[in-house]
Amino acid sequence: MTRISRLFATLKQNHQKGLIAYLTAGDPTPERTPALVEALERGGADLIELGVPFSDPIADGPVIQKSSQVALSHGAHVGSALEMARAIRARVDLPIVAMTYANPILRFGAERFASEAAASGVDGVIITDTPPEELPGMWAPLRAAGLATILLVTPLTRADRFERILRDASGYVYVVSRTGVTGAGEAARGLDELLLDLKTRTRLPVAVGFGIETPKHVRAYRGKADGVVVGSALVRRVDEAGPASAPAVAAAFLKSLSEAC
Amino acid sequence: MAKWSEQYPDATGHFGSYGGRFVAETLMSPLDELARVYDEARQDPSFQAELAELLRNFVGRPTPLTFAGRLTEAWGGARVYLKREDLCHTGAHKINNTLGQGLLTRRMGKPRVIAETGAGQHGVATATVCALLGLRCEVYMGEEDMRRQSPNVFRMRLMGATVHGVSSGSRTLKDAINEAMRDWSANVGHTHYILGSVLGPDPFPRMVRDFQAVIGRELRAQALERTGKLPDCIVACVGGGSNAIGAFFEFIDEPAVRMVGVEAGGFGIETGKHAARFTDPSVGVLHGTRTHVLQDEHGLIRETHSVSAGLDYPAVGPEHSLLFEAGRVEYKAVSDEEALSAFSEICRIEGIIPALESAHAVAYARTLARELGKDRTLVINLSGRGDKDLDIVSGQLLKV
Repeated sequence: MTRISRLFATLKQNHQKGLIAYLTAGDPTPERTPALVEALERGGADLIELGVPFSDPIADGPVIQKSSQVALSHGAHVGSALEMARAIRARVDLPIVAMTYANPILRFGAERFASEAAASGVDGVIITDTPPEELPGMWAPLRAAGLATILLVTPLTRADRFERILRDASGYVYVVSRTGVTGAGEAARGLDELLLDLKTRTRLPVAVGFGIETPKHVRAYRGKADGVVVGSALVRRVDEAGPASAPAVAAAFLKSLSEAC
Repeated sequence: MAKWSEQYPDATGHFGSYGGRFVAETLMSPLDELARVYDEARQDPSFQAELAELLRNFVGRPTPLTFAGRLTEAWGGARVYLKREDLCHTGAHKINNTLGQGLLTRRMGKPRVIAETGAGQHGVATATVCALLGLRCEVYMGEEDMRRQSPNVFRMRLMGATVHGVSSGSRTLKDAINEAMRDWSANVGHTHYILGSVLGPDPFPRMVRDFQAVIGRELRAQALERTGKLPDCIVACVGGGSNAIGAFFEFIDEPAVRMVGVEAGGFGIETGKHAARFTDPSVGVLHGTRTHVLQDEHGLIRETHSVSAGLDYPAVGPEHSLLFEAGRVEYKAVSDEEALSAFSEICRIEGIIPALESAHAVAYARTLARELGKDRTLVINLSGRGDKDLDIVSGQLLKV
């Protein structure tokens, strides 16, 4: 059993939702990232999505764009993000999912990325701009290295794509609550139906992300999803707090959400 | 051998190993839908008839093929002809595509259009078509480009478009595309993104190519009529690559026709400040497509430089990548300085003020004309006119 499947099995037993927390590797600095993840764990995070910064994050809103720029300005890249993952793995037992775009992985080399990510204690990957149809040559080594390939479903995904997505998805299914880029915003109409529909199609856990910021948002998915993802709302608080206060602020913020899980 | 046009792209939008759809899941079903609507429209005689009518009576097509007698004489080589896309309404080839996609937007029943623009020519062409068809128009443009191409910002606003300045990254075309794609992924239900070049996820590269291919079709007929044969060589500038594909596409399966794409050499290849993707070729994924891209060792996209905003872009259309790999088109780079010198020359001796983008093609044409020799014909695709560039050029030429 993988760390990710163990996590969701335990959560299910306890009738709880998982709290998935996104952080950009290298924001505020590469040195501070591992300690920040530790703080997230203290705040109740169940799984970490570790963003590997890319220069042109077209699926991200202003908060994560800015965070990526901060990380890049400190020289963060795929290799250093994997080093950060290794340091994080030495401190916590949470599942770690690397989240990035196709180009940095291709440049690093898909096979090399797969083996080094697995060796660094990474459990899964999300490649935001790569649907399952593209680059079978990239997905295959990731699977072979035992990494979960987490795919997205959105309110605009037509039913004819579900089968393809669910065939290649592992770990969990990431349901995007609305159209658009990462950040604040109301969930789309029809999201509840989408979540119900997915439950009939897959046994994989389903996590909802985009626009999650308050305990009320978290509670809205009670009984409908197995996890919620908090990204921009967390990153914004980390950036506003400044490097020294970030761990305490992030932990307190997550605690408020975790209690609603 | 199967014809290029029938082979590429394949059913999944790939040109060999290039192209495809590298987008977030949100855009996958909308792209399926766009491809379906486009394929229907393509086969629909009424769509094609309306497009042809507008190209003729609104854009002013066919554009002339002008014999450049004085350039021919000055260069002392091949007979030089100019395919005059600069004479299109709005001043560049861009409107061939925006008109097609504008009609498609109306067919999809979407009331709002967004576009990116670099030099502003595509933004102006989009704003124009939106005014013509009664569509709401918003254009994303890098702040650096808004500064250096300010006449075009004013033109867009005159025609009722909203221009959003983009302040991220290098504040140029790449960043404008990032922002347009973000907008589109949020508003795709009621918005069509009129992408301005043969870039982006499928179906854009083939759709934009098809709308621009009118250039090459006209050129074939005009060359046959005027010279009794196909051109020996065609040269075009390549930013994203839409005017070049438009001119080349008709001739890809004509092995006797040599084709040359000219990229922006900026301050010079050796300075690293350029937009010449094929000089030290490296394949990557940017803006939804797998193609040649300027990137660093970590896969981060590099900043580019060109005096011409329309060529100042780190990636290139995926079909160009395949044409490069297949050796079917040669790609060369021309520096800012060479482009500016060609700009002055063609102004002075032909009475034509070209866009700085097109001036890159003119600059390399001089080399080609001599290489080809007399009795050969060389066609320069003069993709746009230079009114928008007068401020830049006066500044630059004063420096030189």
